[in-house]
Amino acid sequence: MPNSSNPAKNNPNPFQMSNRGPRPGEVPTVRSKNAKATLRRIWTYLKRQRQALWLVVISTALVSCFTLLGPYLIGKTIDDYIVPHKLNGFQLMGLALLGIYLLGAAFTWLQQYVAAGLAQNTVREMRQDLFEKYQQLPVRFFDQRTHGELMSRTTNDLENVSNTLNQTVVQLISSVFMLVGSVAMMLSLSLWMTLIVILTVPLITTITKKITKYTRKYFSEQQKSLGEVNGFVQESISGLRVIKVFGREAKSLEEFREMNERLRSVGLKAQTISGSMGPLMNATRNLTFVIIAAIGGVFSYHDIITIGIIVSFLNYSSQFSQPINQLANQYNLLQSAIAGAERVFEVLDTNSEDLEEKVTVPNKKIYGEVTFNQVHFGYTPDVQVLKNISFQASPGQMIALVGPTGAGKTTIINLLTRFYEIQSGAIFIDGEDIRQLDKTFLRKQIGLVLQDAYVFSGTIRENIRYGRLNATDREVEEAARLANADSFIRKLPKGYDTELNAEGSNLSQGQKQLLTIARAVLANPSILILDEATSSVDTRTEFHIQEAMKTLMMGRTSFVIAHRLSTIRDADMILVIHDGEIVEQGSHEELLLKNGFYSNLYNNQLTQGYVS
Amino acid sequence: MLGLRHYIKPYWKSVLIAPLFMLFEVIFDLLQPTLAAKIVNQGVVERDLQTIQHTGALMVLTAVLGLLAGVGCNIFASRASQNFGADMREALFTKVQTFSFENLDTFKSGTLITRMTNDVVQVQNLMRIFLQSLIRTPGLLIGSIIMSLLLNLRLGLILLGTLIVLVFILFVIIRYSYPLFANVQAKLDAVNNRLEENLAGIRVVKAFVRSDYETRQFKQANKNYAESAIKAARVIAMNTPIVTLIMNACLVGILMYGGSLVWMRSVQVGDLVAFINYVTQVLSSLLMVSTLLVNISQSSVSAKRIQQVLTTESTIISHPFKKDFNIQAKQIKFHRVGFSYGGASHPEEWVLRDVSFETGKGETIAIIGATGSGKSTLVQLIPRLYDVTSGSILMDGTDIRNLPLSELRGKIGMVLQESFLFTGSIRENIAFGKPDALQEEIEEAAKIAQAHDFITKLPNGYETKVGQKGVNLSGGQKQRLAIARALLIKPPILILDDSTSALDLGTEKRLRDSLAKIMMDSITFLIAQKISSVINADKILVMEDGAIAGCGTHQELMETCDVYQDIYRSQYGERGKYYAEQQQSS
Repeated sequence: MPNSSNPAKNNPNPFQMSNRGPRPGEVPTVRSKNAKATLRRIWTYLKRQRQALWLVVISTALVSCFTLLGPYLIGKTIDDYIVPHKLNGFQLMGLALLGIYLLGAAFTWLQQYVAAGLAQNTVREMRQDLFEKYQQLPVRFFDQRTHGELMSRTTNDLENVSNTLNQTVVQLISSVFMLVGSVAMMLSLSLWMTLIVILTVPLITTITKKITKYTRKYFSEQQKSLGEVNGFVQESISGLRVIKVFGREAKSLEEFREMNERLRSVGLKAQTISGSMGPLMNATRNLTFVIIAAIGGVFSYHDIITIGIIVSFLNYSSQFSQPINQLANQYNLLQSAIAGAERVFEVLDTNSEDLEEKVTVPNKKIYGEVTFNQVHFGYTPDVQVLKNISFQASPGQMIALVGPTGAGKTTIINLLTRFYEIQSGAIFIDGEDIRQLDKTFLRKQIGLVLQDAYVFSGTIRENIRYGRLNATDREVEEAARLANADSFIRKLPKGYDTELNAEGSNLSQGQKQLLTIARAVLANPSILILDEATSSVDTRTEFHIQEAMKTLMMGRTSFVIAHRLSTIRDADMILVIHDGEIVEQGSHEELLLKNGFYSNLYNNQLTQGYVS
Repeated sequence: MLGLRHYIKPYWKSVLIAPLFMLFEVIFDLLQPTLAAKIVNQGVVERDLQTIQHTGALMVLTAVLGLLAGVGCNIFASRASQNFGADMREALFTKVQTFSFENLDTFKSGTLITRMTNDVVQVQNLMRIFLQSLIRTPGLLIGSIIMSLLLNLRLGLILLGTLIVLVFILFVIIRYSYPLFANVQAKLDAVNNRLEENLAGIRVVKAFVRSDYETRQFKQANKNYAESAIKAARVIAMNTPIVTLIMNACLVGILMYGGSLVWMRSVQVGDLVAFINYVTQVLSSLLMVSTLLVNISQSSVSAKRIQQVLTTESTIISHPFKKDFNIQAKQIKFHRVGFSYGGASHPEEWVLRDVSFETGKGETIAIIGATGSGKSTLVQLIPRLYDVTSGSILMDGTDIRNLPLSELRGKIGMVLQESFLFTGSIRENIAFGKPDALQEEIEEAAKIAQAHDFITKLPNGYETKVGQKGVNLSGGQKQRLAIARALLIKPPILILDDSTSALDLGTEKRLRDSLAKIMMDSITFLIAQKISSVINADKILVMEDGAIAGCGTHQELMETCDVYQDIYRSQYGERGKYYAEQQQSS
């Protein structure tokens, strides 16, 4: 990723960074903090598809009904027809059973069909909201977090929510129905047998609880160990080239082995314990089966119940114990989904950039007069990055910002574009305080060319057109010509329709930079910012790019940040920034005469072969 | 999946024992309905209380034995799968360590990481499920059929017939839905790509006020994904109802036909009860099958990805000589070296073409040229990060491919363009190539690299944590640490690949001066952009489009080499000439 998004670059004291916000290392805890509020929030999304939701609930209820009716009718068939050898109506019973199963299948299908759409559409809306939120969040938000972290909200966390809505919720509803329904059906058949079956409940729940308690402990250890291993893997692979250059493969393998062994033993424990849940549940199911068969047999022997009732009970008992087994599991899944949703909502609740704030100044033509009046700023309250910055640029002027790394040059740009808001003082454009201007309008007036030329995946044409979406092909090519990019583009096998991959690795750094300049040309802004636009290319390519920039700067107020002073000698005004303050300002000649910071810098570069 | 069987081998005992235990659990489970039938037939119908009691006790015993078998299976399955996973992870890590830079270029580092983390977990889980459910589910299926055939041949055949129809239907559904799921994955990738790009280019998006445009684009991708996911889920939604319906229809058939058989006295009521239970059991195992199949198809993708890594052979292989090599590294010679990153067959498209030069002890050889002219590639050939495609590189007269790799690399200190720091303290990072270095040595290296001053100003000095979770260092500070790291091993050959680009000019000059002092007896390769950085080098290689455009001292090149003069002019102009010469004479 382009490191230009890192404000540390311009922070004179980067070691204070740690208190600037959450570091990537802080992973939110798995358990949700406020499940109720989160659930209510998910509900607001679900509510939009109320009909679908009701359809799912109703069909789930119906499915449970039909599923419960089956064993009842089977028991009846055995008792009333098969055992007493009654032919009359026997076939009718069979047809009734078939009908019930058919309806059951139909509603199961309906339920799953609707639930799939319900879950996907809900999550789709959440995903869209999240994306739109990302668009509105201030740059500061992105500077403080890693991409991976933000990506995982939209992928893992939302996927989790979707799966839960799709499966767990339906299962949960059906579990409840089945539990209540099977108890009711059993009660209607035999009170005593029901009581006996219900007696097995505490048995099941204690076992589940015991095991989950153990597993949770081992699982969190396993998770921690796995996290360690994964972290190590990630770093070793990112730094593999360094490892190889230093021949440290054996040492890093040794470290890895140690962590992997730890994971192996912890994982073994966790799996062994959690895995025994399956056989245990199976055994309780079998025991319930035995109890019903044996005690039912005894009851039937004493003519308290019939054989048909035993058959029905054997069926009901499994329908009764299954939901209990699953409830615990479903509850855990639900918990983790809620935690995932919570992380998504956390982003949604972060303060936006407030693009639609109250604007007191109507949009009008901007000529490009820029005034900084006693501007102070710090990324954190305790570190002042800019101190008392005041200057004025007239329309069409070229202003150069010069100074050592970390002096605060990029910060000035961050403030002018309102990526960050100033803390005191004011910035005016054409006499209007930029805080009174519509942010969208303001940014449309500003063209930005950064050091890391960022290209999107797509064709070259699309990348240039990004500057003005309604530009015609001809305008795009004209912009490329002005930016000195046309000739190299035409040499590519597919010309303007060449696909760029995400990293833009099929173009050189200099070529990419020419594209971003063409993009800015097309946007036709009144104010232009060139932030170290040529420092990552070699001097001969730079020469080429500078030609393009000269065309671009014509008739616009431009701000140029550059290391190489040769680039900015023609500037109308040079601001020399040091430690967040303007230490000198004036034209190249004036500053040379002053014999101060600038002339020192310049002469130094001249002897170093930096200036032409 | 089969390709990974080698990693199962050490645990073959567990792999065999686990399913064996599971087989017992299945058998015990299958006995239950038959025993229950006995209770009904002999106990209830024939009024024999003792049989009820005995059979009941037998059933309890069966349940307990089944539990033991299940737990046993789990223990061995966990053991096999966890060990299998851990071994595979280690094998992957070991393999990746041997990878050459060329291998690393083919696998993006992101995918290597997921292969070693997520994919291993996936396959490991599959292995466990495989050892448990894949025996249990078909076991219950086949067992139920056998038991029912034994109970009553005619009723059993109804069940068998139904199952054959069902398997066919399931096969069709899966066949039809599989491409749908592949499509879902592709659509999801599109959503993630859009998002990733927006996060990376957020400043550009904001600066051009393109939120609305991006939102529209994302909306489309999001819609496509949701629609394809719904479509796939809805096809799969047919699965459960169809299986349930067919099995239940079979149940009704058995009940009706069985009922008439009971009247004909060819079937007992208890057997009918047992049948009904077997059918229910078959139904629940069938429903499990579809979940299993999804699991398998997911994991087989993971297994494939893992295997891809494991079967990739490192393109750089160390020469197998055991003989003690005492490399002096007194001289390096490039002889007609050509290099291509693979792909390009035309020699004109090669990254390096016919590069020949030599250099010796005490020399500083500078390489200058435009971005993409092959400078970095050239120096990366020296420690065999890549192997030459044609020609050869000789060290002290021996082809470097005939030297033990560790020996060769041990002689070379290299600072890469990108200065990567590991999580840990500054001290640990500098001592990376020599973990047992003394504090004095570390400080000395840091001083030469012009890093000592800023390090001591940090709150914790040399113990300050850097890397992913540490403090943020500036680009220049990172570069200086990377240089100190290379200097610490006191290499006879030092390679600086444009590693001073983020340093301010004063610092860079001080660094060059101090390097010149300590590298008196070594060979230094220096890639640079600026004439001023190379002007004092003993030899300057001017690279242009992968070939040497000129070689010599500054003075010589100024007279003979057009490209060099061109670079010179782009930096100094005509006027600057005086300063450059003054600089050189000083």
